[in-house]
Amino acid sequence: MTSVFSPRELWRRLVAPIDPALMLIVGLLLGYALLVLASASSDRLNTQLINLGVALVVMRIAAQIPPQRLMHLALPLYIGGLLLLVAVALFGDVTKGARRWLNLGFMRIQPSEIMKIAMPLMLAWYFQKHEALLRWKEYVFAALILAAPVALIARQPDLGTAILVLAAGFYVIFLAGLSWKVLATLLLGGLASLPVLWSLLHDYQRNRILTLLDPEADPLGKGFHIIQSTIAVGSGGILGKGWGNGTQTHLEFIPERHTDFIFAVLSEEFGLIGNTFLLALYALLIGRGLMIAGNAPTLFSRLMAGSITLIFFTYALVNMGMVSGVLPVVGVPLPFVSYGGTALVTLFLGVGILMSIHKNRMLVQK
Amino acid sequence: MHPAEFRNPEQDLQRFQRRLAIAGGLVLFAFALLFARFFWLQVVQHEYFRTRAEDNRISLVPVVPNRGLIVDRAGMVLARNYSAYTLEITPGKVADLEAAINELAKIVDIQPKDRKRFRRLLEESKNFESLPIRTRLTDQEVARFIAQRFRFPGVDIKARLFRQYPYGDLASHAIGYIGRVNDRDLEAIEKRDAEDNYRGTDHFGKTGLEQKYEFDLHGQTGFEQVEVDSGGRAVRVLARTAPVPGDNLVLTLDMKLQQVVEKAFGARRGALVAIDPSTGGVLALVSMPGYDPNLFVDGIASQDWDVLNTSEDKPMVNRALNGAYPPGSTFKPFMALGALELGKRTPQQTISDPGFFNFGGHLFRDDKKGGHGLVDMYKSIVHSCDTYYYVLANDMGIDNISNFMRQLGFGQRTGIDIEGESEGVLPSQEWKRKRFRKPEQQKWYAGETISIGIGQGYNAYTPIQLAQATAAVANDGVMYRPHLVRHIENIRTGERRVIEPQPLRVLPLKPANVEVIKQAMVGVNKEGTGARAFAGAEYVSAGKTGTAQVYSLKGEKYVAGKVKERLRDHALFIAFAPADRPKIALAVLVENGGFGAQSAAPIARQVLDYYLLGKLPKEPAPADDEVDEDD
Repeated sequence: MTSVFSPRELWRRLVAPIDPALMLIVGLLLGYALLVLASASSDRLNTQLINLGVALVVMRIAAQIPPQRLMHLALPLYIGGLLLLVAVALFGDVTKGARRWLNLGFMRIQPSEIMKIAMPLMLAWYFQKHEALLRWKEYVFAALILAAPVALIARQPDLGTAILVLAAGFYVIFLAGLSWKVLATLLLGGLASLPVLWSLLHDYQRNRILTLLDPEADPLGKGFHIIQSTIAVGSGGILGKGWGNGTQTHLEFIPERHTDFIFAVLSEEFGLIGNTFLLALYALLIGRGLMIAGNAPTLFSRLMAGSITLIFFTYALVNMGMVSGVLPVVGVPLPFVSYGGTALVTLFLGVGILMSIHKNRMLVQK
Repeated sequence: MHPAEFRNPEQDLQRFQRRLAIAGGLVLFAFALLFARFFWLQVVQHEYFRTRAEDNRISLVPVVPNRGLIVDRAGMVLARNYSAYTLEITPGKVADLEAAINELAKIVDIQPKDRKRFRRLLEESKNFESLPIRTRLTDQEVARFIAQRFRFPGVDIKARLFRQYPYGDLASHAIGYIGRVNDRDLEAIEKRDAEDNYRGTDHFGKTGLEQKYEFDLHGQTGFEQVEVDSGGRAVRVLARTAPVPGDNLVLTLDMKLQQVVEKAFGARRGALVAIDPSTGGVLALVSMPGYDPNLFVDGIASQDWDVLNTSEDKPMVNRALNGAYPPGSTFKPFMALGALELGKRTPQQTISDPGFFNFGGHLFRDDKKGGHGLVDMYKSIVHSCDTYYYVLANDMGIDNISNFMRQLGFGQRTGIDIEGESEGVLPSQEWKRKRFRKPEQQKWYAGETISIGIGQGYNAYTPIQLAQATAAVANDGVMYRPHLVRHIENIRTGERRVIEPQPLRVLPLKPANVEVIKQAMVGVNKEGTGARAFAGAEYVSAGKTGTAQVYSLKGEKYVAGKVKERLRDHALFIAFAPADRPKIALAVLVENGGFGAQSAAPIARQVLDYYLLGKLPKEPAPADDEVDEDD
C-alpha cells in the first residue's frame, strides 16, 4: 500500500461510500437526460451541468452520513420545515397565484421541497422509536404528522408537491405494516370523501382534472398542454423522429418542454423504444432501491430506503402519466431528467441516503 | 384497548419484505400500464397523431400575385404596386386585443385613426384573417418589433404589396381604386367560383377600371407549404407554387390629354368625355372634382371619408357616366339630322322667327329678343335659334324624336367598360307612362314636346352619351362602343388580348344629310356661337354650344349675376375635329358655368389644340364674359 495521501488512496476514499450499481443506473439516466435536454433546450445544458455538480456533491455528503446520525436530524428538520411552511402561509411571496416561496432577504426558499425528505425521515424515525410497540395510536399520530404539512402545501396551492409528500409519508406508514383492514378502510373512506375533497380544491386544480377528462373541450386554453404533449408522444411512433427532429418540440408546440414536459420531447424523438429504455432504467433504479431497503438492518433504514425508492417511482409515474394524458397536470418533474436544480438536489439527496443505508447494512449486526 | 404487542424482529423483517414485494409488484404493474398507454399512442394511434403533428406543423399559405399595372396609351403608369411592411394582428389568436394594441403602441407608432380603422376592419372581417393595425412601417419600427415579437403571439409583420396611384386624383374616376374585400366583393368572387384564387387576397377593385377588370388584374394565386411554429409563424418554406402576376391594362386614355383637360377645368365642376370616333376608344374621361384614390387603399380614414362624402362638390360622383343633364342646345344638331332623315325639313326650308313660338296661347321664348328673322337649318344651328326647333319639335312629334335619338344612343347605357353607368332619360310617351303613377301625369301633352326640341324639358343625358352621339355624327353614322382599355397584356408571355373596336351599329344615314349637319357645326365655330372660342384655330373644327337650365325662371329674363352660383345654368359644348376627318369627338359640361360659349367652349378649344397640335395651354381655360347670349 502506498501513502494514505496518494491520489489513488484519495480517490478510493472519495468514492468509497458510493454504491457502484446505483451510480451506474443513475449515471445512465443522467446521460440520457442530458441528451434529451440538448435537443429540448441546448442553451440550458451548461446550467444543468452545474446543477448536476451541486447535486452530486450533496449525494456524496449524504452517502457519508450514517443512518444513525441521520435519525437525529429527523425531528429538527421536520419541525423546522413545518414552521417554515407556516411562515410561508403567513408571509410568503405570491408567484403566479401561488404562495410557495419564502423570502429570507438574501435568498428565496421553497420550504415544501424540504418536506419531501423531512417527511419520510420524520416518520421513519417515529416508527423506529416506537418499534417495540406499534398500536393504532401510533398510526393515528403518524397520520397527523403526515397530514399537517400536506394540508399546508396543498393550500399554497401546490398539488404536485403535496402529492409527493403525502406519498412519501404514506409509503413509510404502509411499509411499517399498517394493517390491510385499515388500508382498505382508508381507501374506501378516501373514495367516499372525494366529493368533499373536490369542494376543497382550488379552481385551477379542478380545471386540470376536468381538462384531463376532456382536453378537446378547450383546445387552445387549458387543454392545449395535454393535447400537444399527447400528439408529441403519439407522433413519435416506435422509433421516434430522431434526435433534434421533433417538430412538436422545435416548433414550440410543447409547453415547458425542458422541465415538466421533457418526457414529451424524449417520446417524440426516441419513440416507443426510447420510452421503454427509460422505463427500464427506472425499473432498475427502483429494483436496486427496494433491494437496499430489504437488506437494511434497522426499521428506520428500511422505511427510509423503501420510501425514497417508491418516491422516485411516484415522480416517474405521475410525470409520464401526465405527459401521456392519463393523469392530471400537476407540477411534478421527470426524476433525474427534467431541467431544474432544486428537484435534482432533492433527488440526489435521496440517492445519497440510499447509498449510506446500503454501506451501513452490516454495521449494526457487527 | 389492545394489549401491548411484543414483536419478533424476524417476523417484522419478513412482513416488511412482503410489503416491499407488494410495492415492487405495484411498480411493475404501473409501469406495464404506462407501457400499454405508450403502445396505444405510439403504435396503434400513431398514424392519427402523426397526421395531427403534420397539420400542426404545415400550413398552406397563399402567395398573392402582383396586381397588373394600368398604363395609358403611351405607357404612363397610372396604377402600380409597391412593397411595404405592415403590422398585422390575427384577432382569433389574441385574447385581449385592446391590451395587445396598447402594448404595441409602445414600440410602434399607432395613431387613434389606426385604431379606428382597425376596429372597422374587425367588424367587417372574419376572425381568422390577419388585419393591419399599422401600414408602411419604417425600418426602425420593423426592427423594434422583431426584437420583441415573442411578446406578441398572433401579431406579425408582413411584407405586402400596396396599390399606388402616382397621379393622385388625375383620372381617378376612370381608374377607380381598390379597397379591402367586403361581403359584396365576396359574392362577386363566389359567383365567378374564384374563392380559391382569392385566398389570401385582401383587396378588390371597388370602382372604375380596377373594378371592371378585377379578374384580369388579379392574377393567379400561388401557394407555399410552410412549416409554422405554435405561434403560427412561418419557420421555413417546404414547397412553393409561384403565383402568376395579373395582366396589365393598356388604356386608350391619353393621360397628357387628361391632364390638359383637368387643368383647363381648374376649380370648376363638370365632366368631359373625348372619344376617338373611328374606334370608340376613350381619350379622356374627366369628372371634376376628382379624389385621391390612394386614400382608399388601406381603408379610408373616417375623417377623409366624411370630407369626400359631405362635400357640396360631390367629388365621388362620376359625372361623366352618372350625371344626367339636359343637353340644351347641343341637342339641336341631332334634332336637325332627325328632321332631314325623316323628311320633315330640307336644309333650305326657312321659318320666320319673331322671337317666340306661340303654342295654344303659351309663348315659348327665343333667347334673342325680337328673333333671328328668316332662319334656315344652317343658321338655326350656327346661331342656335330656339324658335326653329320649337316648331320642328312640334312638327316631328315626341315619338319620332325619341325613336331617332334612341339610335344615337341617347337614354341608354353606352356599354363603356366601367360599372354603374346611368341611363339618363330619353322622354317618350311610353317613358312617361312608366315613369308616373297618376293617370293625368302619365299622359303626354303636346306642349311638352316643344321644349324637348331645344334639349330641355324631360331630356337628361350623361356626358358620355352626348360624346358618343357626337362621335356617331363625326363618323358618318358608324357607332362604336366607348371603351377605355385598348388591350390586356400578359406580362410573362407578352401576349396581348386586344379589345377590338366593337361597332354597335351603323346608322342608315344619308351622307348628304350628315354633311349638312357637319357643315353647320363647322359654321358654329367659324361664325356662330363658338367663333370667339375658336378664333385663330389652325384646324377646322365642328362644334355646338349649349346651356342647360338648372333653375326655371317664370317670365323673368335670366341674368347670371342675379342667381346663386349653384343655380346658374350648366354650360355645354360638343365638338369634333378635324372636321373632314375627325380624330377626336368630345362633350364638355361645366356645372353652373353659365352659357356654353362662355365656359365650356374654351375648354374644348384647349383640348383640341393640345390633341391636334400638341399645344399646351398656359392657364385654365378662360370663362368668356363678353360672349353674346345667343345660345
